[in-house]
Amino acid sequence: MKNVNDILESGLAAVAATADLIELEQVKARFLGKSGELTELLKQLGQLPAEERKAAGATINAAKQTFEARHNERRDALNAEKLARQLQADALDVTLPGRGGATGGLHPVTLTLQRITELFASIGFAVADGPEIENDFHNFQALNIPENHPARAMQDTFYVEGGDVLRTHTSPIQVRYMLNNQPPIKIVAPGRVFRVDSDATHSPMFHQMEGLWVDEGVSFADLKAVMIDFLRRFFERDDLQVRFRPSFFPFTEPSAEVDVLGERGWLEVGGCGMVHPNVLKNVGIDPEKYTGFAFGIGIDRFAMLRYGVNDLRLFFENDLNFLKQFN
Amino acid sequence: MQFSEQWLRSWVNPSLSSEQLSYLLTMAGLEVEDTVPAAPAFSGVVVAEVKEVAPHPNADRLRVTKVDAGTGELIQIVCGAPNVAVGLKVPCALPGAELPGDFKIKPTKMRGEASNGMLCSGRELGVPDDVDGLLVLPADAPVGTSIRDYLSLDDTLFTLKITPNRADCLSMRGIAREVAALTGEALKPVAISPVKPAHDETVAVRIDAQDGCGRYVGRKITGINAAAKTPDWMKQRLERAGLRAISAVVDITNYILLEQGQPMHAFNADAIQGGIHVRQARAGEQLLCLNDKTVTLDADFMVIADDSGALAIAGIMGGQPSSVDTATQNIFLESAFFAPEAIAGRARKLGFGSDSSYRYERGVDYQLQHAAIERATRLVLDICGGSAGPVKETTGKLPAAHGVRVRTERVNRVLGIQLHAEGIATILRRLGLDFTALPDGFAVDVPSFRFDLAIEEDLIEEIARVHGYDAIGADVPRSGQRMLPLPEERRPREDLRLRVAARDYQEIISYAFVDEAWERDLAGNADPVRLINPIAAQMSVMRSTLFGGLINTLAGNLNRKQPRVRLFEIARVFKKQGDDVAQPEKLAMLAWGTRQPEQWGAKTERVDFFDLKGDVEALLHPHQASFRKATHPALHPGRCAEIVVDGQAVGVIGELHPQWVQAYDLPNAPVLAEIDLAVLTRTERITARTVSKFQAVRRDLALLVDDSVEVGALLQTFADASSPIVQQVALFDVYRGAGVEAGKKSLAFGIQLQDPAKTLTDEEIENAVGQLLIAVSERHGAQLRL
Repeated sequence: MKNVNDILESGLAAVAATADLIELEQVKARFLGKSGELTELLKQLGQLPAEERKAAGATINAAKQTFEARHNERRDALNAEKLARQLQADALDVTLPGRGGATGGLHPVTLTLQRITELFASIGFAVADGPEIENDFHNFQALNIPENHPARAMQDTFYVEGGDVLRTHTSPIQVRYMLNNQPPIKIVAPGRVFRVDSDATHSPMFHQMEGLWVDEGVSFADLKAVMIDFLRRFFERDDLQVRFRPSFFPFTEPSAEVDVLGERGWLEVGGCGMVHPNVLKNVGIDPEKYTGFAFGIGIDRFAMLRYGVNDLRLFFENDLNFLKQFN
Repeated sequence: MQFSEQWLRSWVNPSLSSEQLSYLLTMAGLEVEDTVPAAPAFSGVVVAEVKEVAPHPNADRLRVTKVDAGTGELIQIVCGAPNVAVGLKVPCALPGAELPGDFKIKPTKMRGEASNGMLCSGRELGVPDDVDGLLVLPADAPVGTSIRDYLSLDDTLFTLKITPNRADCLSMRGIAREVAALTGEALKPVAISPVKPAHDETVAVRIDAQDGCGRYVGRKITGINAAAKTPDWMKQRLERAGLRAISAVVDITNYILLEQGQPMHAFNADAIQGGIHVRQARAGEQLLCLNDKTVTLDADFMVIADDSGALAIAGIMGGQPSSVDTATQNIFLESAFFAPEAIAGRARKLGFGSDSSYRYERGVDYQLQHAAIERATRLVLDICGGSAGPVKETTGKLPAAHGVRVRTERVNRVLGIQLHAEGIATILRRLGLDFTALPDGFAVDVPSFRFDLAIEEDLIEEIARVHGYDAIGADVPRSGQRMLPLPEERRPREDLRLRVAARDYQEIISYAFVDEAWERDLAGNADPVRLINPIAAQMSVMRSTLFGGLINTLAGNLNRKQPRVRLFEIARVFKKQGDDVAQPEKLAMLAWGTRQPEQWGAKTERVDFFDLKGDVEALLHPHQASFRKATHPALHPGRCAEIVVDGQAVGVIGELHPQWVQAYDLPNAPVLAEIDLAVLTRTERITARTVSKFQAVRRDLALLVDDSVEVGALLQTFADASSPIVQQVALFDVYRGAGVEAGKKSLAFGIQLQDPAKTLTDEEIENAVGQLLIAVSERHGAQLRL
C-alpha cells in the first residue's frame, strides 16, 4: 500500500496549489470523487487478503481524512482571501461629503424671542398674542393714554385708513388679555410693533415683548427680582449689574427704566413698572385687591447685544450670508 | 432740557461732583442724557490789554505787540490776527499755558522777534465766535483775571430727558427744588419783590375761555429802549441752555421761561386795539405767526385777541403784527396759566410748537404768574428802562387745590418694602409736600406745580424715588406656582419653525408694509389696507400675502450671487373684511435653485412644484391635504393649486407666474406656498387603534388612462371604493412613451391589504382589488395594462 502515501502526497500538493474554490473542488473530485484515486483504492480493498484488508482500510481512511482536513483548511483560506479581496474592492473614500439636502435655520430675532419666552415659561409665564392693527382703545386709551396726552408724542404712530393704528407697543396685548381673564395673570406677549422712525438704531418695524403678572400681593420687589433673574439668565452672567431708575409710562406707576452695566457703561434694556390702577380699572380688575407689574423689552435690542450685531437694519435686510451664521 | 451747571448751583449747591450730581438726577428719574464741558480744558490764559502795536520788521502780516497781562510788566508778543489794536482787551496765553489740543506755550522768537506768549482767538480756546481774529472782551474786563473765571468756562452743560409727567422740572427753579429734595441741601431761590407801579396805564382783559385760561396776569411797561443790549450773563445762560439771544425783551421772556418755568409773552402795547380777549378762535380765523407761518385756526384753538382779531395763539406762539421789535416803546407783558387740556395736541395739529406750548401742555405752576411777571418787570426795567404800570390779574377756572391720601400699608404692599409711617413722613417733607397724618397714612396736599400727583400710586412712586429704587429688595418672588396648560391639540409654533428649518428653509423677517404694486401684482388686491402716514411710498400698504417679502428677499440674495435660496416667513397678513381688518397669521415658503445643494453624488436638478408639495404635505401632517387646481394672481395658471384640509382651502402653492419672473427680474421661477398658520399649529391627540397581527398583502395595479385624468381623482375613487381590508393605495410610477399610446399614461399603484382578525384568502384579495378596478374603469375609463 505504498501507493496510498504517494497518492496522498500528490493530492495534498494539488490542494495546496489550488488558486480558487472551483479548482479546489476539482482536486477534491480527482481524489475523493466517485472514481477518485483514493476512492479507487478503497474499491480495491476487497481484492486484498482478509488479514491485510483491515490495516489497508485504516491507512486509506487516514489518508482520506488527512486529505479532507487539508482540503477544508484550504477552502477556508481561499474563502478568507476572497472576502478580503471583496472588502478591499468595496472600500469607500469616507471623506467624500455626505449626500442630500442642507438644513435651514431660524432668524436671530426668533432665536432670541424663543430663548426669552422659554426663560419666562420656566417660572410660569404663558404666551399671549394679539393683532398688529389695533384700535385707539387698546393701544392708547385703555393704557391711560388719552387723546392729546404728550405721551402720544413719545411714540410716533402709524395710522391706517379708518383711524386704527399699527400697534406702537405690545402693551395692547395685556389689555386684551386682562379683559378676557381674571387674575392670577402671568403672561409674556411677544410681537412686531411699529413706529415712524428709521435709522441705524431704529426700524419702522421691530419686536417687543410684554410681560405681565397680576395677582394679590405682587410688588415692585417682585418686579425687580424677576427682571434681574431674567437678565442674568439671558446674558448668562450671574454678576451682571442691573439698575432700576424712575421713569414715566402712562400705564405704570411707579415706573422704571432698566439698565444693565455693559463694557461702555449703563445700557437701557427695557421699561417696567407697577400696572397703573387706571389700567386695571379699565379692564375690570379691582386695583385694591390686585396689584401687578408689567415690563416691555426690545427683542431686537437683546438679539443685537447677545449676538454682537451692531446695526439693527441687518435684521430686516435678510441677507442669507448674515442669517445663516445663526444656523 | 439743557442748562448750565453753574446756574443750577447758584440755586442749590450740594457738595457733589458733576458726575455725582448727574448720577443723582438720573437715579431720581431725571435722566441725564449728556454732560458736555462749556469749554475744553486749557490753562494759563488771562485777560490782557493791548498797549502797543508795531509792525514786524521781517514779516508784513505779523505785528509786534506789548500787552499788560497783569504780571507787573509789559509782555512782548508777536501776533498775526488782523483785528489786533491798541486798547483791546483780549485773552492772552502766558508762557507755560496749555491750550486745547495739547498745545504748550513757550517763550520763542518769531521771524527774529521775541514772543513771550500768545493772544488767542475764540476758536483757539474752544469757544468759537463769529469774529475773525482775536476774541475781543468787554472793555471793563479786569486785566490779569483767568479767562476761565472771567467767561465762566468751568461749567458743564447738562441735558436732561424730562418725562412728560415732570413738567415741574422744566425750569431751573424746578430742577433746583428737586435737587434740594433729593440731597436735603438748602434752596436759594432768586428773591422776587413787587415792582411799584409808576403809572396807572393798563390793558383791559376779558376771559371768555374760562376753562382754558385759569389766570391772566398782564402789565404795561412804557417808554422802554427795546434796542438795549442783553447783558452778557443772561446771554450766556440762554446760550448754555441752547437758546440764541435775539433781542432784550424776547431774551427776558425766554429767560423767565427757563428760570421760573413760566412762559411769558410781550406784545407791542401800541398794536393792541381796545382790550385783550382770551377766547376760542373763530373758524377760519388767520394769524401770521412769529415763525413767519400763516395759520388758519378753528374753535379748538384758544387765542389772545384784541377788538380787531387774534394777536397770538394762546400758549403756543405770538403773532407777527403785535410783536416787539427794536423800535417798540411800550410793551404789554403776559403771564398766564392755560390749562393743559386746552393746549395739548394743538401744536401737533399746527405742525409746530414752542418752548411755551411744550410746558403748557404738560402743566405750568398755576400759582406762579405774579412772581414771574414781577421778575420779568424788574429785568425789563433794569435792562431796557421804562416805567411799569400796575399788575392786573383776571381769572377763569383755576385747578382746584386737592389732596391725595396715601396709606402706609399700601406703600409697603405695592413696593414690597417695610417703611414705617415716620419714614414716609420724612420723605414727604423732603419733597416739600404738606400733609396731615391719618391713622393709616397721610393726606397730602398736592402743590400747584405738580400735575402728576393725582392718585395714591403717584405718591407711592414719589416715596419710592426718594427712598431709592436701589434700596428696594429683589428677593426671589413669592411662590404660588402653577404649571402651565399644555394642550396636546396645539403644536407649538417653535416646533413648526424648527420643522420648516429642518427641511432646509431659512427664516426671514420682512416688513409688514409693502409697495402697493406688490399687493396688486401678487395678491390681486386693488383695495389694500393703506397707511395714512407711510414712512416711504414703497411701504404704504399692509400686505395681504407674504409672497412679496419672499420674492424681494430672493431678488436681493440673487444680486449677492447666492446659488440657491430657500426661505420662509411666519407673520400676519392684513385683509379688509367689511369694516374690519382680518389679520390671520401665515406660513409662506419659497424655494429657488437646485433641489439639493450642488454635490458629487446627486444629479443637479431644479427644485419644482412637487418638491415644495412634498414639504407642504410633510408640514401639514397629520392633516391629509388634498390639492385642487386653482388660479392665483402670483402664480403660473397651469402650476398652481389650492391646499385643502377637511374641505377647507387653507393655502395655495405654485410656481411664480412667468410675467412676474420677468417683472421682478428673476433668472427663473421660484416655487411658493402660503398656508394658514392655524391649521399648521393644530393637531389631534392620538388615540391608539389595534394593530393587526395577520400578514399584510401587496398587489400592484398598472392602469392605462387618458392623459387628462388627474391622479388625485383616481385616488379619491380608490378611497371611495375601498373595502375595509384595503389599508393603503399608493402611486409608485407614472409612465408615458414607448408601449403606451399617445394621449395616454400608465399609472402604477401599490395596494396594501390586511384584515385585523384573520389571514386574507386569495378570493378576498381578488374581490377587493377587482372592486377597485371596476370603480376606476367606470369612472375614469381606466384599463388594466397587461
